[in-house]
Amino acid sequence: MLHKLLRLPQGKWMLALYAVAAIALFCAPLYLSDFRLNLLAKFLAYAIVALGLDLIWGYTGILSLGHGVFFGLGGYAMAMYLKLTASGGRLPDFMEWSGLTALPWFWKPFNSFAFTVLAGILVPALLALILGYFTFRNRIKGVYFTILTQALVIITTTLFIGQQAYTGGTNGVTGYTKLFGYSIASPGTKTVLYLVTVAFLIAAFVLCRVLVKSRFGKVLRAINDGENRVRFIGYNPATYQMIAFSVSAGLAGLAGMLFVLHVGIISPSMMGIVPSIEMVLWVAIGGRGTLVGAALGAILLNSAKSVFSETYPDAWLFFMGALFVIVVVFLPKGAAGLFTQLKWFKRKEAGHEGADSVRYPAV
Amino acid sequence: MSQKVWKRVSLLLVALCIVLAGCSNNANNTTTTTSTNAGSEGAADSNASSDDSGEIKVGILHSLSGTMAISEVSVKDAEMMAIEEINAKGGVLGKKLVPVIEDGASDWPTFAEKARKLISEDKVATVFGGWTSASRKAMLPVFEELNGLLWYPVQYEGLESSPNIFYTGATTNQQIVPAVSWLLENKGKKFYLLGSDYVFPRTANKIIKEQLKAEGGELVGEEYTPLGHTDYSTIISKIKEAKPEVVFNTLNGDSNVAFFKQLKDAGFTAQDMTTLSVSVAEEEIRGIGADVLAGHLAAWNYYQTTDTPENKTFVENYKKKYGEDRVTADPIEAGYDAVYLWAAAVEKAGSTDVDKVKEAAKELEWDAPEGKVKIDGETQHLYKTVRIGEVQTDGQFKEVWNSGEPVKPDPYLKGYEWASSLSSGN
Repeated sequence: MLHKLLRLPQGKWMLALYAVAAIALFCAPLYLSDFRLNLLAKFLAYAIVALGLDLIWGYTGILSLGHGVFFGLGGYAMAMYLKLTASGGRLPDFMEWSGLTALPWFWKPFNSFAFTVLAGILVPALLALILGYFTFRNRIKGVYFTILTQALVIITTTLFIGQQAYTGGTNGVTGYTKLFGYSIASPGTKTVLYLVTVAFLIAAFVLCRVLVKSRFGKVLRAINDGENRVRFIGYNPATYQMIAFSVSAGLAGLAGMLFVLHVGIISPSMMGIVPSIEMVLWVAIGGRGTLVGAALGAILLNSAKSVFSETYPDAWLFFMGALFVIVVVFLPKGAAGLFTQLKWFKRKEAGHEGADSVRYPAV
Repeated sequence: MSQKVWKRVSLLLVALCIVLAGCSNNANNTTTTTSTNAGSEGAADSNASSDDSGEIKVGILHSLSGTMAISEVSVKDAEMMAIEEINAKGGVLGKKLVPVIEDGASDWPTFAEKARKLISEDKVATVFGGWTSASRKAMLPVFEELNGLLWYPVQYEGLESSPNIFYTGATTNQQIVPAVSWLLENKGKKFYLLGSDYVFPRTANKIIKEQLKAEGGELVGEEYTPLGHTDYSTIISKIKEAKPEVVFNTLNGDSNVAFFKQLKDAGFTAQDMTTLSVSVAEEEIRGIGADVLAGHLAAWNYYQTTDTPENKTFVENYKKKYGEDRVTADPIEAGYDAVYLWAAAVEKAGSTDVDKVKEAAKELEWDAPEGKVKIDGETQHLYKTVRIGEVQTDGQFKEVWNSGEPVKPDPYLKGYEWASSLSSGN
């Protein structure tokens, strides 16, 4: 029952549930401490990445282990803007250490907030489009595409670490002070930034929802089920894959920008291989192929990480590992798959065994 | 079949319960802290909560997992030992110190997150933590924003003095600058600079280059490798070609193992060419091998062999507590010092209030294992004795030179004319 409701966005129940969730998120500043609110804001930014990843992996069946790069590019765009504001016309501190005497040309446009926001979304989206153009059109797929995304991660992080004068190197970019003249550290600004993040998360959710429910989304799922068949019917899968990958990267860039506003630092370690894989884990654990599952996965896993590491600083990694094993072994479709399983079980009891074909591929 | 499904569901419920248990525990924490927050909002003393209970909470924030864990766990151990010793003597202001340990996980944003948690949720009186410059730079805005107090125990690249950080490791004029002068006098004029590619070696080498220009040295090569780089054959042949008299080594971590092993395999010994490292201490020697490193030099403020009565007790206690095979090293000692210095400042201030402790810490002196140290009120760095040591075959250092007396910290190198261009912007 419950699952059926979850599947039906038109259903009043479902709408009510979404509304309650949205209200709960918007009211969070009333019942969370500043610190917890800041953490939740960070998790919500992660949820936006998870939504984008779900679009490309859960629905289209293309596994990207390179979303850390798109996330990082968005993050660096925002970081550059904030750093320039904080430096107040002078050279950012790390450029001085590294021996630069003038601001590099590609830093200059980041004095403008509008440019920063555009770049933070469009640069990752464009990079994804280019990568997609060369891979999907040449029918590079499956594990080969995944390996290419890993290569992208290594290239980008090495470049960012190596070019210390331009990117801040391993330290990354930190030490921001103001956003639009407001102190970025004050609780008031943080609450506003949190609410902005909630709004963006909802917008991203609606966007993904509309995409997957549209004809476009149906083609994506068809590509997942049988790419060649889609091609024979007369669609060009490459175009759809490129667009989905690009939207997904744009969302990751948006999330990166929000992340920097909440956390106050971006460094190459956040766009590396480990975070890229972690992002995929959120989606896998939360429930691949369901948007709510992906978003919840990001929020729940990161909450668990924070709670475990605070409670058991010496042994928290074991708890995280146990959690992964439990979910993967007993819930191959993620937490959201629990509903499917319950329904499956019910149907079987009623004697409808095998009637419900598995809709999503196993993780 | 249906049994299997039930099994799955029940197991998932168990898992969920674990998560929820963690969450609710957490939620309780949140509510209690918010309520104390609301209660003490009007009161001037933000540490009212810890003062009432007869306990003082202090934060310890090091990487207990990830690549930096190997170095940082030892510092954490030393800090825990200092806290235990202080508690055994009756605590601070008659109250017991209660450490709150957090894992920075070798990840810079995690350091920022945990620092924020320690200050705003746990309301710790101070935090001891950090190792890499990156982790310090990530924590710095948090400490300044929430007016917290951080004790940072590692030698670093200078050019920083935050009002909310006490630096108990050396700044450049207490390690690198005197080492270069000593090398120029005793070992030769031709320098080759080799370092890992991040802020500390980059900044250190920038300083060294200025100093070489001013003091008559000659730069014959400069090379950076990414952190974790392990193939040094090309660089060693470049070194062979450049024929330096001194290799000044600012490599960090695993790279040192590879570099020194390959240097030895290439037929170089410490007699042929002097190397001086600033990130190789007793612990690293254990990893690289004393036979490989024997005869090479390092610059620090403390060695396990440093001859003071305080150090004898310190090394003895450390080994007794953590095992005979453990060694002490400069950052470990600096972490230990930090706890004692903070405790002394709190006693002097009669309060754990950050501003009062900072005021009381000015010009505070203490007999550390490395000898007398003093907090410089202006920069919040320590006066420290500089020591150059030579690695012996037993993995310990033999001191070959020291500065005689503690050197005044000068993070911006204001006292050096040749360094005027370095800190111009700041």
